[in-house]
Amino acid sequence: MIEVKDMHFKYPSGVEALRGVTLTIPNGDFVAVMGQNGAGKTTLVKHFNGLLKPTKGDVLIDGVNTRDVSIAKLARNVGFVFQNPDHQLFCETVEEEVAFALRNFGFEKDIISKRVTWALNLLALTQYRQTSPFMLSGGERKRVALASVLAWDPKIVILDEPTIGQDHQQKEKLRQFIIQLREQKKTIVIVTHDVEFVAECNPRVVLMTEGKIVADGNADKILTDRDVVAKASIVPPQIAQIFMQLADLGLPTNVIDVYEARKILLDFMEAHNS
Amino acid sequence: MALIEAKNLTYTYPGATKQSIQDVSITIEKGDFVILTGPSGCGKTTLCRCFNGLIPHFYSGKLEGNLNVANLKVADSKIHELAKHVGFVFQNPENQLFALSVEKDVAFGLENFGMPRDEMRKRVNWALQTADIENLRERAPHELSGGQQQRVAIASVLAMQPEVMVLDEPTSFLDPLGALKIFQVINELNKKLGITVVLVEHRLDLASKYANHVIVMDEGKIVLDGEPRSVFNSEEARLIGVGIPKATRLYQILKDDNGIRLSKAPVNSEEAAQLLREVLMRDRS
Repeated sequence: MIEVKDMHFKYPSGVEALRGVTLTIPNGDFVAVMGQNGAGKTTLVKHFNGLLKPTKGDVLIDGVNTRDVSIAKLARNVGFVFQNPDHQLFCETVEEEVAFALRNFGFEKDIISKRVTWALNLLALTQYRQTSPFMLSGGERKRVALASVLAWDPKIVILDEPTIGQDHQQKEKLRQFIIQLREQKKTIVIVTHDVEFVAECNPRVVLMTEGKIVADGNADKILTDRDVVAKASIVPPQIAQIFMQLADLGLPTNVIDVYEARKILLDFMEAHNS
Repeated sequence: MALIEAKNLTYTYPGATKQSIQDVSITIEKGDFVILTGPSGCGKTTLCRCFNGLIPHFYSGKLEGNLNVANLKVADSKIHELAKHVGFVFQNPENQLFALSVEKDVAFGLENFGMPRDEMRKRVNWALQTADIENLRERAPHELSGGQQQRVAIASVLAMQPEVMVLDEPTSFLDPLGALKIFQVINELNKKLGITVVLVEHRLDLASKYANHVIVMDEGKIVLDGEPRSVFNSEEARLIGVGIPKATRLYQILKDDNGIRLSKAPVNSEEAAQLLREVLMRDRS
C-alpha cells in the first residue's frame, strides 16, 4: 500500500512542486495520475520509490516511511520506468540492460537468464537481444526500459508516460499487460497525458493541478466532468466529446468506451423506435 | 505544385542489413497538412530524416531512388541549404536544444541565416508568443520539463518560418490541452501562411481534423496514401493497427450486425455527433 500524508515538496530551486498531497493507493489498485504539465505528477511518483523525499509530510510504502530506507531497498519493491528511456538506458546490448538490475539485486545466474528471456519475450524484444538500445526507435527503447524493470518483478510498478512513442498495437499490448499484472495483484501507477489510453483502461484517475490533487475517482466519472477536466488541461476522450454534444437528446454524458457507446446508442434507438 | 516528391526511395543505415525504407514513392503538395503514421519502427522517422537531408548527408548509409524537396535534389544539396526550406522538430526535444537560454535557442537558426537584428527580435518574439513560452525566455532549456522543451523546439523551428515543417511526435510530452493548442497553431501556420506540414503522429484523435492527407507506413513501405476519411476507414489501417480516431472506430462498430449506419465515416467528434444526431432524430419523428 502507498500512503501519502499531507506531503509537500520543494525543489532546491525554490519551486514548490507539491503543496499538500494526501493519497492512499491500496495494493492491487490501478491508478492513472493525470493533469497539466508542471502539475507535480512526476514529482509525486518519484516519492514512491524514494528518489525524492518529502520536504514536509510523509510517504509510507507498506507501512515503511521512505525517509527511513534507501532507494536501493525500496527499488526491490517499487519499479520505476522513466518518461524518457534515454535517462535509464546505458548498457551495450538490450540483454545486458535487462540483466543489469537483476545482477545488482544478486539473483542467481540461471534465474537472471530466465527472467531476461521472459521479459524480452513479453515485450516483443527478443530479436533485439544483442542490439544496442541506442540503435532502436524511441518506442522500442521505451519497451527496453519497461522490460528491464519488469524483469525483477517489483510489487509496485510505476510507469511515467508509458504510451509515448508507442503505436496503437503496442498500447493495446500494454493494456493487456497491465491487466495481467493486476491479476498478479500488483499495484500499477501510471503518469499519463494519453486520455484515449486511459479511456480504454478505465482505471482510477487522480487529477492534479499546481501541486495538489483536484479530483480522484473512476476514469469515466473524472474524464467526463467538463469543469474538472478543463482545470487540469485535459481534453475529454473523443467518445465523451461525442456524447457531450448529444446530451440534449437525453443520452448519458459519462461514456468513454467505444463498445459501451455502441450499446447505449443501440438501446437508445430501440427505445425510441418502439 | 509538388513540394516533396519521392520516387522509389530506398535507404539502408550504415551497418544495417535491412532497408529502413523501401521503394517509397509519394507526392506532398505545397500547402498540404500531412499526417504520417504507422507502427513504431516502420520507417516514419527515417523518411522524415530524408526530407531535410540528414539522410544521406549526416547518417551516410545507402540512399537509392530520387527525392526532391522545394525544387532541390536532396542527394546533391547541402543540409544547410535544405534547412532554409525544411524545419524539423525532433521526437526528443533534448536532441535539438543546446543554448543557455530559450531565447538564444530560438534565435540560433535565424542568426545562422544572417537575419538583421531587428527582424530577428521580432521573429523570436513572435515565435515565443505563438508557442506560448514568453515566460520561459530567460530559462535554460535543459532545466525545463519535457513538455516545455517541446514548445521551445517548436518555437525555434517556427521562428524560421520554413516552407515545410516536419514534426516528429511534437506533442508527446504535452498535456492534452497543450497538445491541442500546438496543433491549432500548426494548423494556423498551414492555413494562413501556407506552410506545408508533415506531422508524424500516433495519437490521431487530436490531430486528424486538421489534416487533408494521411500517409501510412508499415515495414518501411507506404501502405496507404490518401485523404483522411478513406484512409482511417480502410480495412488495411485497422489490420496494421493504426490508432484510428475513436469517432471513426465508433462508426465501424456501430454498423456491425445491422446496427446503426451513419451516412459517412466521421474523422472527429463534431462530425460523429452531427451524423449520429441525424440518425437518432430521423428515427424519432
